[in-house]
Amino acid sequence: MLESFIVPLLAATVQSGTPILYATLGEIMTEKGGILNLGVEGMMSVAAFAAFFASMTTGNPWIGFLCGGLAGLLMAAVHGVVCISCLGNQVVSGLALTIFGLGLSDFFGTPFIGQPAPGFSALSIPLLSSIPILGKIFFSHDILVYISFIIPIAFMLFMNRTSLGLAITAVGEKPAAASAAGLKSVRLRWVALLAGGFLIGLGGAYLSLAYTHLWTSNLSGGRGWIAVALVIFAFWRPGRAVFGAYLFGGVMAFQLRLQAIGTHIPSSLLLMLPYALTVFVLIFSAWRGRGSDAPAHLGINIEPEG
Amino acid sequence: MLGYRLQKRDEPWNWGAPIVVVGALVFSLGLSALLLKVQGKSALDGLMVLWQGSFGASWALEDALLKSIPIFLCSLGVAIAFRMQVWNIGAEGQFALGTIGATWAALTFPDSPAYILLPLMFIASGLLSAFWAYIPAVLKLKLKVNEIISTLMLNYIAILLLDYLVFGIWKDPNGYGFPMTAEFSPSAVIGQIGDSRLHWGFVFCIAAGFAMWAFLRFSRLGYEIKIAGEGFRVALYSRLNFGGLTVLVMVVSGALAGWAGFIETSAVVNRLQPSVMVGYGYTAIVVAWLARLKPLYIGVAAYLLAALRVGVENLQLELQVPAAFGSILEGLILLTVLAGQFILTYKFVKKN
Repeated sequence: MLESFIVPLLAATVQSGTPILYATLGEIMTEKGGILNLGVEGMMSVAAFAAFFASMTTGNPWIGFLCGGLAGLLMAAVHGVVCISCLGNQVVSGLALTIFGLGLSDFFGTPFIGQPAPGFSALSIPLLSSIPILGKIFFSHDILVYISFIIPIAFMLFMNRTSLGLAITAVGEKPAAASAAGLKSVRLRWVALLAGGFLIGLGGAYLSLAYTHLWTSNLSGGRGWIAVALVIFAFWRPGRAVFGAYLFGGVMAFQLRLQAIGTHIPSSLLLMLPYALTVFVLIFSAWRGRGSDAPAHLGINIEPEG
Repeated sequence: MLGYRLQKRDEPWNWGAPIVVVGALVFSLGLSALLLKVQGKSALDGLMVLWQGSFGASWALEDALLKSIPIFLCSLGVAIAFRMQVWNIGAEGQFALGTIGATWAALTFPDSPAYILLPLMFIASGLLSAFWAYIPAVLKLKLKVNEIISTLMLNYIAILLLDYLVFGIWKDPNGYGFPMTAEFSPSAVIGQIGDSRLHWGFVFCIAAGFAMWAFLRFSRLGYEIKIAGEGFRVALYSRLNFGGLTVLVMVVSGALAGWAGFIETSAVVNRLQPSVMVGYGYTAIVVAWLARLKPLYIGVAAYLLAALRVGVENLQLELQVPAAFGSILEGLILLTVLAGQFILTYKFVKKN
């Protein structure tokens, strides 16, 4: 049972939690700067296709990974033009970005459905992977998973220890005060939005390059929305984001495995699990009363002076 | 920016609104045509085919009018919630629950006469969808659960529930294994108006639009919704029942989306099958925002986007363009309208 079901399940948990982790961290970065970006689902989808396409044409998955990040960054830039430059409504712009992004990836992706692209395959870390149980769960994956172990730590150090990170936090909390203190609020918001978009894009890239290794339709499958919900669950903290991402990775992996075993539970009911869990996670976070940890100026545009 | 800076206008520039919408349409169509070009198709041909399908033939006009019915109803509901800054993104799921409620009644009482069965389907779909919208409303009020995400997740759950029913207990035994229910009995079908392809759902649409306009314009509750939309604090100071209003707008918007689902299953599809879900609930959000949340403009915008959908179907047939082209256009139009709207409130002035 342990060797045949639980350990593979936990290993699959880490793998399927990884794209959600990238995206959640990206959205935390964005929201830390005070911008609500509901376009994550569309951004991940576009990034997944960009990564697939770049990897297929160049034969190099690393270029694909980078292009996924850049696609996320470009999509975030669209959100920035609408909300930061033109002061459009952040909620509606994010929704529009999702509709646009899902359409875009489908439009370009349809001719490629089922086609493979060079991706990342498992790469066991020599010593660590021979640790009993833990080695199988954490250290027998592709390299993008290992990168995702480092990012939350780097993220935390960046936010709490660097002046740029602290400035971004200040702009998310009180842009007027930050401006008065000599910080370039608008520019800092752009930095947070674009950096977050890049991370979200990496999450999308993971889906096509390491999760499926081929292009299929609807690859993001609601993971972008789950990431947005996890930001609330994580109280805007990277450490809890890791926990949340693996929780969802676990449910997704479990649900797939139950289907594979062939239970009597209809697959549509099993597929509901991650979405139902999202609602419960939100209820739980609200019950713990930590929704108030949100950056104070989240979702509110910076008005031009005068 | 280069010697100019933004400044708030003293009064919003009202004449700018139609200019922004037309500009956004032109820009979005241009950019989409470029996408066709990238895919190796003639951009000009594409636009012509799109125009043909949208406005170029009488069948197209009729098709668009049919499609605008569910979009209009969903959008009307979304708009009343948006007015209060309650972000109901769940029209898609509420639409699905409406189709389920109507189908339940149609399958349970197939032999009742139409004058009993149709009202029953109307009530079942309205109640079920209103309940589906009531859940996020209560979660928002009692626990401050973000309604954007809860309504979205309920969309996914509702669509999977629909799948579960048509793949399982409601599956037609004579359906050759296809996931769909048996065809509705004639008394469960909303009939056509005269000899046209237009059905009586259209009349319901007009009545609903008119009722909504009158409600927002003349009733006290309609006025309170407008005030509550100005912000939570304002609502508090003016002693409004903020919670009650939130539940009201959610339940009303849920019921409207549900009736859209009822009309679509009964009058157009005549049975429940997964293909009844084609994203009207998401298009409704685009429509509501294009129409600046006003019932009359929602009618115009719903027709416009319905026509666009028909045009894209024509593109699919004639030039094998993926259906996703429609979503690209919708997303682009909404993004450009949002970006363009800043000229209504701000102007450029020379730096001194």
